[in-house]
Amino acid sequence: MTKFIACLRLIAGVLVFVLMTGLAGPTNAQQPNSVNPNASAVKEQQLLDKLNVVKGLGTIPDTKSYVLEHPAGRDWRVFHQVTLKWIGGIAILGMLALLVVFYLWRGTIRIEAGRSGRTIVRFNGFERFVHWLTATTFVVLGITGLNVTFGRSLLLPLMSPEAFSAWSEWAKYAHNYLSFAFTIGVVLMFLMWIGQNFPTKADITWFKMGGGMGKSGGHPPAYKFNGGQKLLYWLIVLGGAAMIISGYMLMFPFYGGLTVDNMQLAEIFHGIVGMLFIALIIAHIYVGTLGMEGAFEAMSQGTVDLNWAKEHHPLWVEEEMAPKGAARTQPAE
Amino acid sequence: MARMKFLCDADRCIECNACVTACKNEHEVPWGMNRRRVVTLNDGKPGERSISMACMHCTDAPCAAVCPVNCFYTTADAVVLHNKDLCIGCGYCFYACPFGAPQYPKVGNFGSRGKMDKCTFCAGGPEEDGSKEEYEKYGANRLAEGKLPLCAEMCSTKSLLAGDGDVIAQIYKERVAKRGYGSGAWGWQTAYRETIAT
Repeated sequence: MTKFIACLRLIAGVLVFVLMTGLAGPTNAQQPNSVNPNASAVKEQQLLDKLNVVKGLGTIPDTKSYVLEHPAGRDWRVFHQVTLKWIGGIAILGMLALLVVFYLWRGTIRIEAGRSGRTIVRFNGFERFVHWLTATTFVVLGITGLNVTFGRSLLLPLMSPEAFSAWSEWAKYAHNYLSFAFTIGVVLMFLMWIGQNFPTKADITWFKMGGGMGKSGGHPPAYKFNGGQKLLYWLIVLGGAAMIISGYMLMFPFYGGLTVDNMQLAEIFHGIVGMLFIALIIAHIYVGTLGMEGAFEAMSQGTVDLNWAKEHHPLWVEEEMAPKGAARTQPAE
Repeated sequence: MARMKFLCDADRCIECNACVTACKNEHEVPWGMNRRRVVTLNDGKPGERSISMACMHCTDAPCAAVCPVNCFYTTADAVVLHNKDLCIGCGYCFYACPFGAPQYPKVGNFGSRGKMDKCTFCAGGPEEDGSKEEYEKYGANRLAEGKLPLCAEMCSTKSLLAGDGDVIAQIYKERVAKRGYGSGAWGWQTAYRETIAT
């Protein structure tokens, strides 16, 4: 009896199954036989047109890798290979050419009254230390930096690829690590000389007289720093800060959520400001050495000839020569 | 000689990551570095697509152009390779690469990224083909053995194609013609300045 019921149950089950699949059959057949699963799919060109980047999700910890495609690299390459070379070439060679022309026209600017034989302290030991700390590191940073942009086209043909790589690797380390000394130099220079570098009325006269650079330019008034030197000071402080900030961004890549776009911008900024900075410092080196008699000793020995000081920094000499007690009673000009 | 290319058919990729695993295993790529990866777009939404991406071996490769020490070279098969002995680890190739292909063994603070590593199209490096030195620096050289890149060879859905650009473009065209749709050869316009007309 139980066997018969089990048999009936099996037959009923089979019938229900056949019925259900039979019903399901026609429904399946009603589905369209050509679907375009691509209708709603993401499209490469659309994404690129919208954001110029294709970004998604990945399964590895490196979140940078979730950017699938970033064609902007091609633009950055044009900047690095073409634009920056032109900027650097024009700025540096242009400045050198300008200085050669200026030298041929003006020659070394002599101390008009000749040397007096008496000297006056211009920069103390600490000031000179800070200057040379900044100066030496700047020269190394400048040369190693130029190597990144111009080394491959100018230096590599002259040496073996292995030697050039070895030099470039050391240059890279020097560039990265000396940046800390340079930073200290710029910060100290900023604090040490800021008091004497605020613009005054005398600076306007100085610029109106062209800084006395012409053949009969005369001697414009100046305190410890003349208008041109003040301009140089602020350019070094601001340019230095720009180089330091963008440089540390490059040295600590992708920190704090920096993207590849940010890194490219930092490199572009660092490159352009760096090239202009080098051109500026070339002019500064010229004025401090070949361009003017009696100027270099201010930074080498710390003293200058009194006649030199009277001609180039008359107001500063007045301040220095005034009796200490009397100076205090004078209103600050 | 053939012009080698990669092509990922996004309509076939099922994001199984077998290509990633195959690559890491074949070349013993160290922890934290991926020569190939799979990126999913619109994850979990309608129209989701996954694409397997590695170095595309670009025409006129930007990495090679910006390298300050000129350590890249292109083989007769148009595969973009580099010399790790010359690489100084400056990281510029990563900035220039449109596909995020260059990898570095270290994070890169203080400019010490180590030697760059990337997909070689399973074609090794400048060392002697199949030598121990080549394997240690660049991984296996399958191309020298007459084999194609392993990632594509073992792709379960044959989504990832590697080989002669004309041949894989033809395969893709036939697929698109047969099934009636195709989202295109991802990255080709950026890498090769051309697309596949379907």
